[in-house]
Amino acid sequence: MPKAAVDYLYYLRAEKLPHMWCPGCGIGIVVKSMIGAIDSLGWDKNDIAVISGIGCTSRAPGYMDMNTLHTTHGRALSFATGVKMAAPDKHIIVISGDGDATAIGGNHFIHACRRNIDITLIINNNNIYGMTGGQFSPTTPYGARAATTPHGNIDPAFDLVELAKGAGATYVARGAVDNARMMEKYFKDGMEHHGFSVIEILSNCHTQYGRRNKMADAITMIDWISDQVVSNKKAAKMSPEELEGKIITGEMYHNTELAEYTDEYAKLIERVQAKAALKA
Amino acid sequence: MPEQLALTGNEAVAHAMRQINPDVVAAYPITPQTSMMQKFADFVADGLVDSELVLVESEHSAMSATVGSQASGARSMTATAACGLALMWEILGIASAYRLPIVMPVVNRALSGPINIQGDHSDSMGTRDCGWIHIFSENAQEAYENTIMAMRIAEHPDVLTPAMVCLDGFIISHGVESVTIYKDNLVKKFVGEYQPHYTLLDAKHPITLGAMDFSDFYFEHKVSQLDGYNNSHSVILDVGSEFKKTFGGGECYEFFEAHKMDDAEYAVVVLGSTAGSTRMVVDDLRAQGVKAGMLKIRVFRPFPYEEIARLLAPLKGCAVLDRSIAYGGDGGPVHIEVRSALYGQSPVPVMLNYIYGLGGKPIEPEHIHSAFKDIQEAVATGNVKRRVGYLNLTE
Repeated sequence: MPKAAVDYLYYLRAEKLPHMWCPGCGIGIVVKSMIGAIDSLGWDKNDIAVISGIGCTSRAPGYMDMNTLHTTHGRALSFATGVKMAAPDKHIIVISGDGDATAIGGNHFIHACRRNIDITLIINNNNIYGMTGGQFSPTTPYGARAATTPHGNIDPAFDLVELAKGAGATYVARGAVDNARMMEKYFKDGMEHHGFSVIEILSNCHTQYGRRNKMADAITMIDWISDQVVSNKKAAKMSPEELEGKIITGEMYHNTELAEYTDEYAKLIERVQAKAALKA
Repeated sequence: MPEQLALTGNEAVAHAMRQINPDVVAAYPITPQTSMMQKFADFVADGLVDSELVLVESEHSAMSATVGSQASGARSMTATAACGLALMWEILGIASAYRLPIVMPVVNRALSGPINIQGDHSDSMGTRDCGWIHIFSENAQEAYENTIMAMRIAEHPDVLTPAMVCLDGFIISHGVESVTIYKDNLVKKFVGEYQPHYTLLDAKHPITLGAMDFSDFYFEHKVSQLDGYNNSHSVILDVGSEFKKTFGGGECYEFFEAHKMDDAEYAVVVLGSTAGSTRMVVDDLRAQGVKAGMLKIRVFRPFPYEEIARLLAPLKGCAVLDRSIAYGGDGGPVHIEVRSALYGQSPVPVMLNYIYGLGGKPIEPEHIHSAFKDIQEAVATGNVKRRVGYLNLTE
């Protein structure tokens, strides 16, 4: 039986549309895939909290008809940690940009990974601070131009997959806006995963990044992303020389063995209360 | 000759920074400050300044980097707005406690939540007690000039207190005005070289900053910070008068501008860009025979209590406009200060407080007219209907 078409409007606050993103922005693809993943999981939208910080990407929850919390710059994961601790049985999704999640919010990012708390973090990585006017971010490629690097960026960029893995996240995947189906699968797997999930999406900000780097429209920029990405299956068969300058996509890490934080916390409560009961 | 340029407030302040030519500038983007640092980044890229521009990962880091470099003897600046200033809060107290004369433009914007990027004063008012000097600007010209003057005030050896130069988000920061940019060499001469007394990494005279200080001397150190504040009083006036002598122009180089206050019976007290509309309303009322006046406060910290008391005590009635709320307090923060200033005066004017313009809610001349009307009515009837009210609030 073919899958029923997703009723996207059911998950959106139609009265808040049209959205504020530029025509062709990658965030729209991310939000659509996110809804597709939620729909295919069959979750009740009222059991989901979508939490964001500040920036273009962080505007997404404003358009989503779920429990939403629009917080401060970089702190979405801290708020989300509080929400998850209060309601461990609910589904907590954080949607963030590269500047929000890895610059001003970098500290919270590594600690959420380390705790392995059951939150799904979606990072729309468009390599730039879009909303404030194109300043370079921790993922701006070396040599790229930004409003604040008119002669090219000299800061080395973060590899978010390696960062997430190194810090302790137990589901890590990377997709790109040129492949919405794949992205939706990673979102679904990340949301289903019981632990901290990080899904990085290579996305296009042709307005702030593209215009400064000779890719002034969405198509050119998405083509540029397509030219760089190689799936991990393909990459396994390629030599280091062939992989030079490529970005590997796919499910990069999935560990179901490690304990999830709210489970550990519940166990701790049980243990300490049992001890107290013995004494009493 | 000074240049007359069409500039936004942010660009005008960036020009002040270009002329000041700080050694180190730390920047992190936040609306509506971003375009200021963007303009300054242009000056750096074009080789018009010698500054090291450090692009950090948060406002907390921006203020921390500024404190670090200033403590090492380098003249250092940053700029911010709203939540950015709130994020700096921890380090603001460090800067003032280390007696580091950092000058920071603050583009006043509403604090979250709900998220709002428009102007009001709740950000800088939230840092009221952090030990910084607060200077407010009415327009781009004043924001430019205040930035230059703040440098001299903060760095004065008797003051050594950081200063924020406040300009209203969007109204001043993004509105284009005709701004007089004084000659580079004159401004540079006016500002002078930064000569710190003590710095880190001076091998012959090693120092420590911020070391542990419990009940032995913590209290004494905190009280000693007041010396800078107290001394800044005369320095603010001296720097203002020297600025006026050097560059001419301008209306507001003292603690406040008193517009038609000499024989005024009713006055509005205001900070920032709303002074422009208030001045117009005062002139309208004067034309109708009402003895109206305006007190535009330029220096909010240190607050000029005595001068304000002298000016306001003889009035029949007065309304204080506040662009932020002091939750749980007596209306807004400016109102609280003005009432405190008038304690002990006799007689005192009838006083009303109006909160206005939060999150960019427009304030039109008609709203200021209504405030004047309310004071006149309260004075005439001896009956104050509402001591703390709101202008242009949908109720």
